Amino acid sequence: MATAIGRAGVLGINRRNADYIAFYNERRFYPLVDDKLITKKLAKDNGIPVPELYGALNTPRDIPRLGKLVADHQSFVLKPSHGSGGDGIVVIDTHKDQRFWTCSGHIVLWPELAHHLENMLGGQFSLGGHPDRAMVEYRVKFDPMFDAVSYLGVPDIRIIVFRGFPVMAMLRLPTRSSGGKANLHQGAVGAGIDIATGKTLRGVIGNESIGEHPDTGASITGLAVPYWEQMLVIAARCYEMTGLGYLGVDLVLDQNLGPLMLELNARPGLNIQIANGAGLIPRLEHVERLAEPALQAEDRVLWVQERVRGKSTGWCMGQSD
Amino acid sequence: MNRLHLYLLSAALVIIGMSVAIYKHRVLGYPLRPDYSASLWTIEAHLTFERHTVGPVKARLKLPSNPPGFRILREDFVSRGYGLTTEIEDGARVAMWAVRRVNGEQSLYYRATVFRDRAAGELPPQPPFPDVPELEPPYDEALDALLDTVRSESADVETFVSAMLNRLSNADMDTNAQLLNTMAKNDFERAQIAVSLLAGARIPARVIQVIPLLNSPHTVNPEPWLAIHNGTEWLFFDPVTGASGLESNLLVWSWDTDPFFEVDGGIGEALEIAVTARTEDALSLAEQRAHARGSAAAQYSLFQLPIPTQGVYEVLLMVPIGAIVIVFMRNFVGVRTFGTFLPVLVALAFRETNLLAGVVLFTLLVSAGLAVRFYLDRLHLLLVPRLAAILTVVVLLMLFFSLLSHRLGIDTGLSVALFPMVIMTMVIERMSIVWDERGPADAIRDGLGTLAVASLAYVMMGINLIEHLVFVYPELLLPLLAAFLLSGRYTGYRLSELTRFRALGQTKD
Repeated sequence: MATAIGRAGVLGINRRNADYIAFYNERRFYPLVDDKLITKKLAKDNGIPVPELYGALNTPRDIPRLGKLVADHQSFVLKPSHGSGGDGIVVIDTHKDQRFWTCSGHIVLWPELAHHLENMLGGQFSLGGHPDRAMVEYRVKFDPMFDAVSYLGVPDIRIIVFRGFPVMAMLRLPTRSSGGKANLHQGAVGAGIDIATGKTLRGVIGNESIGEHPDTGASITGLAVPYWEQMLVIAARCYEMTGLGYLGVDLVLDQNLGPLMLELNARPGLNIQIANGAGLIPRLEHVERLAEPALQAEDRVLWVQERVRGKSTGWCMGQSD
Repeated sequence: MNRLHLYLLSAALVIIGMSVAIYKHRVLGYPLRPDYSASLWTIEAHLTFERHTVGPVKARLKLPSNPPGFRILREDFVSRGYGLTTEIEDGARVAMWAVRRVNGEQSLYYRATVFRDRAAGELPPQPPFPDVPELEPPYDEALDALLDTVRSESADVETFVSAMLNRLSNADMDTNAQLLNTMAKNDFERAQIAVSLLAGARIPARVIQVIPLLNSPHTVNPEPWLAIHNGTEWLFFDPVTGASGLESNLLVWSWDTDPFFEVDGGIGEALEIAVTARTEDALSLAEQRAHARGSAAAQYSLFQLPIPTQGVYEVLLMVPIGAIVIVFMRNFVGVRTFGTFLPVLVALAFRETNLLAGVVLFTLLVSAGLAVRFYLDRLHLLLVPRLAAILTVVVLLMLFFSLLSHRLGIDTGLSVALFPMVIMTMVIERMSIVWDERGPADAIRDGLGTLAVASLAYVMMGINLIEHLVFVYPELLLPLLAAFLLSGRYTGYRLSELTRFRALGQTKD
């Protein structure tokens, strides 16, 4: 390809859809990741750590049951089971007498929250507008290590797993302009992670390289992600769990529980390439060509890390500029 | 192997679609352009004769067969009481009428409707080289002398023939030509002399009979014309003026000089040929021809459907054209829109107004609807009733715009009534969700993208030529289908990605 980004091995949407998603992700496995309730159950069965599910609201009649479900939990998260891109998620920090405080400090009254849940069950946040279910789950207590580099919200780690091999990873840090969400296109900071060391490489907002978090001013390069090996293994194991060959695994780090798998994505976004300053294609092709699919998850992680350390073609990380 | 499958399938679709379309255009004459009209001529040959006693009569009439540059749309014969057969004699068609017992004045009619088709017609095979004619003195010397002069003045068969015809018609300065001209009494004989002279140069030539087709009604007489074979093709010359070529309004009736008709058993026979011209819509002409041939293309043509259904298909067949715009803008350019094919629906809605009024109305309705949507949001309504409420507000807003524009004397406002409101409601709902979830910047960007793609689709779907082509040749949607299949395997970058990943391209260098 004659373009500069083509030489850099950047994966475009068309090629991702045609050559990777359509080829490696069988449609019949999609419900496993599109319905987060199914994903959660599957993960539990496979011993992959996830935030605990307090309960599910299946129809608008279930909405009043919310109070009972969260009676024993000070904080919790409401999530549409079929949501995408973090749409519709409500994080409740604390609640008392039908009054709820969100993580950003807003107070939400019960009728307002019930209305939000009705919309969620009515399908406002689900793909295609189909009626949906709402999940009530454990609110992750974020490891303080990321406090300096996130503004409100949920810092999370996205790992692209190709045929079971973790090929690229990034840390997503919410900012004021992203409204506490960790989506890059909403203005969150993305920082590529060196798969071999678990250290952040460089940060970007949109297309712009940055060294410090825009809200907190803390440096975001060279941060070591704790439990990195464990995270890679969890991500790699999601391949066997779902059968999806091209998968985005979202993980969070809980203060007490360690890494938790938050959700899976059968159509992971491509901005991770910007955060890493590297294209995906050389790595995907390298795995396609050389990797042995029979390896165990732990061995697959080691295989990739060896490649990174050995600076094999396509694995030259750390192109921070 | 997957790719090969795709390529084969696409190739098959292109070949099938294109060959049906080419067949319909070439053979059945479906026009490629809209508002294309064709000239039709009705040629009526009226053969009259008398028979004073009761007895048998046989009549023969030569018929034009595959005249070059024309096609016969239909022909019929009027001949009460006569038995009719048509036969091929020496490559020419002949109508034979026969009756056992008849007397009094007789009238036989042959009527043909022809139209011009440059590609049509069949020419006789290459004739053998003629023998050099043996003329009596002094004509033989005149012939040799004339041939020598003409030969020196020409380079090839074509120039030879025109030089010779020139000399024959302007005989004043050439005594040899003058002498040869004295042999001829009329144009036919003069043409015959030209054939003899050409035989002297061993050039195959024959006198053919043509009739002129003019645009006003007139009766015509057969005129002589020269057909010369130069070894590769037939060339035509006016034997009187020497001009080369067969004028486009000349219909070759017969490839020899024999009379057109012959009556056995009657007297006072006469033939009158009358020509009338009319123009007809090329499309209906093609339909008629396809019918006359019993072609499936006519039986399964859209024109067989009732007019209101045709109207629906006129719109429906354009939807894939709008889809091309969507595929191009989304997969190749990377413009973001609400919904996948929502812009096509919006473009269809624009057809009810026009582009400018449509865009203005779209913007007004969507912004007003969005405002209402945000207001309703405070009331905490369930999803479906809220959509119904927005729909109702959209209808009321449209009514308001109609009344307003009517008062202001703007016509387009009235056609708003048909502006599909469900489409508007969907746009409003999707836009408000994006607004809520992704912020106003994304919502407005996607809204503008939708509007831009819809406008482009509207313009594409409004191109008269495309509309005509798709309606007359619906099979052209097969190559389009192939294009969609192939673009489904396009794995290159989108235009927008060149900007999106620009930073990555730079770090590499």
